[in-house]
Amino acid sequence: MTDPSTLASEPLFGLPLADVWFGLLFFIFSMFLFLDGFDFGVGVLFATREDNDEREQLLSAIGPFWDGNEVWLVVFGGSMFAAFPSVYANLFSRHYLLMFAILGALLVRGLAPEMYEQRHDDAWQQWWGRAFVVGSLTAPFFLGMFTANWLLGAKTIVTLPGLVVGLAVVALTVVDGVAFLRLKTRGDLRDDLRIDGYRALGAYLVLVVLTIGYIYRTDLALRSALFSIPVLILVFATIALAGVYAAATLLDRYYVAFGAAAGLVFALVGIVAGLMYPAIDRASGLTVETAIVSTLQLNLMSIGTAILLPLIFVYFGVLYTAFSGPIKAGESY
Amino acid sequence: MIDPVIASRIQFALTTIVHIIFPVMSMGLAPFLVYFTWKDIRTGKAIYEQLRRFWTRIFAVSFVVGTVTGIVLEFEFGTNFAAFSTTAGELFGGPLALEGMMAFMLEATFLGIFVFGRERVGNALYMVSAVAVGLGTWLSAVWILIANSWMQTPQGYELTTKNGQTIVELVDPVAAYANPRFPWMFVHMQNAAVESVALFMAGIGAYFVFRHHVWGYSIENIDFWETTLKFGLLALLITAPLQVLHGDLYARHIVETQPQKFAAMEAVWETDSYVPEYIIAFPTSIQDLLDPRAKDIFGIGFPGGASWLASGGDAQASIQGLEEFDGPQPPVAIVFWSFRMMVGLGFWFILLAVWGGYRWWRGELLEDDLLHKALMASTLLGIVAVELGWIVTEVGRQPWVIQGVLRTNEGVSPGLTAAEATATLVGFAVVYLGLLILYTYVIARIIRAGPPDVHDHAVQDTPGTSSSEVSVDD
Repeated sequence: MTDPSTLASEPLFGLPLADVWFGLLFFIFSMFLFLDGFDFGVGVLFATREDNDEREQLLSAIGPFWDGNEVWLVVFGGSMFAAFPSVYANLFSRHYLLMFAILGALLVRGLAPEMYEQRHDDAWQQWWGRAFVVGSLTAPFFLGMFTANWLLGAKTIVTLPGLVVGLAVVALTVVDGVAFLRLKTRGDLRDDLRIDGYRALGAYLVLVVLTIGYIYRTDLALRSALFSIPVLILVFATIALAGVYAAATLLDRYYVAFGAAAGLVFALVGIVAGLMYPAIDRASGLTVETAIVSTLQLNLMSIGTAILLPLIFVYFGVLYTAFSGPIKAGESY
Repeated sequence: MIDPVIASRIQFALTTIVHIIFPVMSMGLAPFLVYFTWKDIRTGKAIYEQLRRFWTRIFAVSFVVGTVTGIVLEFEFGTNFAAFSTTAGELFGGPLALEGMMAFMLEATFLGIFVFGRERVGNALYMVSAVAVGLGTWLSAVWILIANSWMQTPQGYELTTKNGQTIVELVDPVAAYANPRFPWMFVHMQNAAVESVALFMAGIGAYFVFRHHVWGYSIENIDFWETTLKFGLLALLITAPLQVLHGDLYARHIVETQPQKFAAMEAVWETDSYVPEYIIAFPTSIQDLLDPRAKDIFGIGFPGGASWLASGGDAQASIQGLEEFDGPQPPVAIVFWSFRMMVGLGFWFILLAVWGGYRWWRGELLEDDLLHKALMASTLLGIVAVELGWIVTEVGRQPWVIQGVLRTNEGVSPGLTAAEATATLVGFAVVYLGLLILYTYVIARIIRAGPPDVHDHAVQDTPGTSSSEVSVDD
């Protein structure tokens, strides 16, 4: 046990807490991209469904989960603010307009399903249905752009890798959304979704290859990081997980496919983190070690998180257990 | 193009003023929802299921709009107030992170069960969800107010230099986070939220009761609206007197810790004793309308009243005037008038509570048409009072964003251009106005549709106790 009097001067248990928080930050971002990712994917797939009953099924599938999923973004923002305040400040103010684009997209995305259910006439539902699709497409797209710009230290909003990664993240959320919906639906809808999943997976792999090729050609600093062991492992894991996803989808092994989709998200965020480390904001020259808060605050945050994170998993366990299996007709308030 | 400092400040003010409405609704509704759920499960009476389901719909819409507007606020610290975020992040970011992990997670996950899960989970877990949601909304306020109270009365920190910038470093967590301002803020805010929802319930209950009993319209579910009115009044009877009581103690705490803010609340420019408490006050010249200097006003006030309030009973006590403080002053007129209107509303709510309580006691609650009209007119005034209170709190401490440590204009992102700041300000003005209209429309629709039709049912301890699936669709 660490002596309380050393709380202000030494990291808890002598752990490399700055690195732990760097990992934690990207873990939280992965949780957001995985969980809200399937919400986004469902929103994109909403555009491909004409039938009102099928559209209702898509909305019911994510209804109980959306609020909790989106909170991971709030926790991501809060954790970056708490552990790396200078990164939080530099990064978000530098990507000013892009941040507001993300916030606008999330605003539309969050509002649309709730509004869609408020009135059941065609005009109203058509408009909010469109808003749902647009929000679900643009939010992951802008998030992808943001992540690429962050990694590359870009100083302008629109960059070529930003656009490619944006599209890749959209494709990934569709892969994720298909895997989730195949757990929650039955019959024709579930069978139809299989092909959407394959298309999105193909697009995702092509876009990832393009991005890695671009980084290899243009960014000497990141080129060597590409060949570091963790990044190589994650790149190969992506290929393997894509194979698992495709096979499990073909064989109707729904949970395996869902797990593979989750793995793809974690691998992508892991690649970004692996390429970035030990920098945490290349554009402003901040590294994990220079950006971390002082030892006392870091220790306190670590204790708080060590207690709260397991609790959060309990909440999610309770929620996902209560709503496991396919949706039932007419689930509402 | 607007100066980025001004644009950022207006934008933050605008987004906060709109956002606060939704947490007030959630926090205020939380204890009611816990009670209605408890009674619904225990008694199986239709009225409690109606109350639970009707108010849950309003809660759910408020929560969604509160979430999307709240995420914007969280990220605005980074986008528009980067210098503040760098300087204060070590102390300010922690409470925000803990709010997300401890409170918002609890609220958002169990809200899924609370809103969608009545058919899926047993009574015990359903009750736990109601409590978890309520606890989550209140814990959110704890962490946000810990962060805010530290900005009002900062302590437990040291100024140091890091990466070439001055930052605050945590040295005493207990002093910083168990801040002396926090209990006052929390009690005053939570009570205000419940009071606002009580007024909202009483107001819409009174509307239907008035139309039914006074105008003779046939209103469906009139029992439901009568009960709503009574719950609103009951809660108002408890919260309204408390609000003024701890409001007064809170004001005395401000005298001690933020004398400049108190001087602005009372528009006292020169240090003086036996300062009157003005009920209304006007400058003698039109040009000074926004500058209500105490010495230039025509006003009606209690002699020595402000001194009496500030000191807790001594009418001769001296109050520090604004001119004793160096540097810029807060916009005194805004603070002075917001404070007066908030206090005025506080007393009006007590009057309403006493009036309604008396009529109820006499068995005349359903017939007093003047009371109904007064309640209807006051439906949204609780929220107005909350807004005014926050204006006093936030405008009153200007020019400081962290009292005595960092000025607001020094906290703005250094690289921000006027074009960027103006573009997002205009965008937010449009979007948030639209949001307000949309929210009002949806809430009004839910109210018009009324509670779902349900029947009394035997109490069972299995999932699926809800009797019939009713939608409020067209």
